[in-house]
Amino acid sequence: MIPLTQVEANQKVHIVEIQGGDQFLRRLENMGIRHRAVLTKVSERSYSGPVIVKSGHTQVALGRGMAEKIIVELPKPSPGT
Amino acid sequence: MKIVLAGNPNVGKSVLFSRLTGVKVIASNYPGTTVEYTKGFIMVEGIQHELVDVPGTYSLLPTSKAEEVAVRLVAEADVIVNVLDATNLERNLRLTLELIRKTDKPMIVALNLWDETKHRGVEIDIEKLTEILGVPVVATCGLIGQGVKELVLKILQARQSTSKREHDSLWDEIGYIVKEVQTLHHRHHTFLDVVQEASIKPPFSFLIAAGVVAAAFMTVRFIGEGLIGYIFDPFFDHVYSPLMVQLSALLGEGGFLQSILVGEIVDGTIEYSESFGMLTTGLYVPFAMVLPYVCSFYFILGLLEDWGYLPRLAVIMDRSFHRIGLHGYAVIPTILGLGCNVPGALSLRLFEERREKFIAATLMAIAVPCMAQSAVIIGLLGRFGGQYVLLVFFNLFIVWFVIGKILHVTLPGRSPEILLEIPPYRRPHVTVVLRKLWTRISWFVKEALPLVLAGILFVNVLYYLKIIDFLSILFSPVLTKMWGLPKESIGAFLIGFLRKDVAVGMLRPLGLNVKQLVVASTILAVYFPCAATLLLLIRELGLKDMAKSIIIMCITAASVGWILNTGLTLMGM
Repeated sequence: MIPLTQVEANQKVHIVEIQGGDQFLRRLENMGIRHRAVLTKVSERSYSGPVIVKSGHTQVALGRGMAEKIIVELPKPSPGT
Repeated sequence: MKIVLAGNPNVGKSVLFSRLTGVKVIASNYPGTTVEYTKGFIMVEGIQHELVDVPGTYSLLPTSKAEEVAVRLVAEADVIVNVLDATNLERNLRLTLELIRKTDKPMIVALNLWDETKHRGVEIDIEKLTEILGVPVVATCGLIGQGVKELVLKILQARQSTSKREHDSLWDEIGYIVKEVQTLHHRHHTFLDVVQEASIKPPFSFLIAAGVVAAAFMTVRFIGEGLIGYIFDPFFDHVYSPLMVQLSALLGEGGFLQSILVGEIVDGTIEYSESFGMLTTGLYVPFAMVLPYVCSFYFILGLLEDWGYLPRLAVIMDRSFHRIGLHGYAVIPTILGLGCNVPGALSLRLFEERREKFIAATLMAIAVPCMAQSAVIIGLLGRFGGQYVLLVFFNLFIVWFVIGKILHVTLPGRSPEILLEIPPYRRPHVTVVLRKLWTRISWFVKEALPLVLAGILFVNVLYYLKIIDFLSILFSPVLTKMWGLPKESIGAFLIGFLRKDVAVGMLRPLGLNVKQLVVASTILAVYFPCAATLLLLIRELGLKDMAKSIIIMCITAASVGWILNTGLTLMGM
């Protein structure tokens, strides 16, 4: 489990936890970023600007502080690989 | 009956609204173009109904002032037309289900941007969706008008949803619906995808941004100058001048009417920038100096907006804006403000917090010159060389940054972070861009022309009653000692409260040198917003915050004028 900021580009992740108040959770949820959702990170890990993710067909840019509060896990490697 | 178009931001509600009602509204390819509502009428089976275009909202729990407007209007509606981005079913359905579960109003769903589903490999079973949602569903494409007729025909069939829900949780229900009605086909990466990715990922994103911004400015200048040099100036010089000379003779030179309408005539011709008659300078400034640049600016802005580049610029600029207490989205009010501060100030409604609103509004009023003002500055200083025009803009940029930094450091609280949806690039439709340009130009002429004429009339009256003479003596210490300007320049600062373009234009007959012109143009931009912007900002910020903002402006103007005057004198200008 790592914060979204630590994820490499083009990596698909599951959201396991979002830390923050109701208002914050709601604003993220509006963009499809919510508990259990699947995202693909677009921006590089080293990029110090906003974090860009792909959620469904939408790209969303979110501040680094917000991304720090989104805890994700990488999907388990499928058996046989 | 009151029908409301409700939906997420940037799903094409405004385009659809224009199609349905014929009312022209500004639409763009980024979330948050609509911050107020627009009313129009549609005829359905011979009966007129009111149709309202509202700001986009993601849910019925608003998070900004623009969303509050949307939620309030949805509550007042008799029928809801829920507009969805068909390529983004999952996220859009949340509002749909909220509307169904919480409002219980007759509803119809428009699956907009339908044409885009094909090249994105999205297939939606409309019949199935109709069945599950329990309300009519129509596929539409606002830009080309597809499905619009069907939507009108079905509006009266809008009904309260009768469907039973499968899941209590909204997202489980959405997951279920999407699984039932949507099929995704695998699609290869296209060239557009590559460009899209490059334009938000460094290092190419910075290169692209620099290129786009430079190209935009150069094109605005090129088109603006071209329109002036080949169309407007020849017209005023060769066609309009002789008419005015005749009119002047008819009215009798030196008479009151003659001096108000035509003004001074030198060597039998009219010097438009100096005569200050309502029919001469009063028409020349707005039409031959300002309008060409307004046209070229809004043409380029329209292309950038519809293409979808602005949200990307917001992402790229995010870090820089954080230094002055804002986030990247502030790039949008700023760019709109470069056209006219009024729509720029309106778009501040998308900001959530009072602090960032205050900083953004103050910076816009102080250091973002509108196109009308810039055009006259270019006209006035350009004769001495482009570097002086650049000097004024450079001064304003420094002021913008320094004041922003000071406000950010001194105001309590911290700057919020960006949270922005980035729409896909779309190819701008020429007719749509031109129609939008026309809407903005007519708005400019309607709003600005009366004020320009009033300003010129006001100047004449002030001179006639010798009020200018009196005030110039009163303010001469500040003007002459601090700013190095002649005391007669008080006239320009008075008119600047009304219109900045006329104010800058008034500097011309004073015979200032280049240094004085640079100082005066910079102060005129900084010291106070024009009347229209002021009224709007009072409404948006409240009287108290606006009063604070005005104090900052006055202090800034006084010090910037003094620093510039001293500095430029030392540099030998």
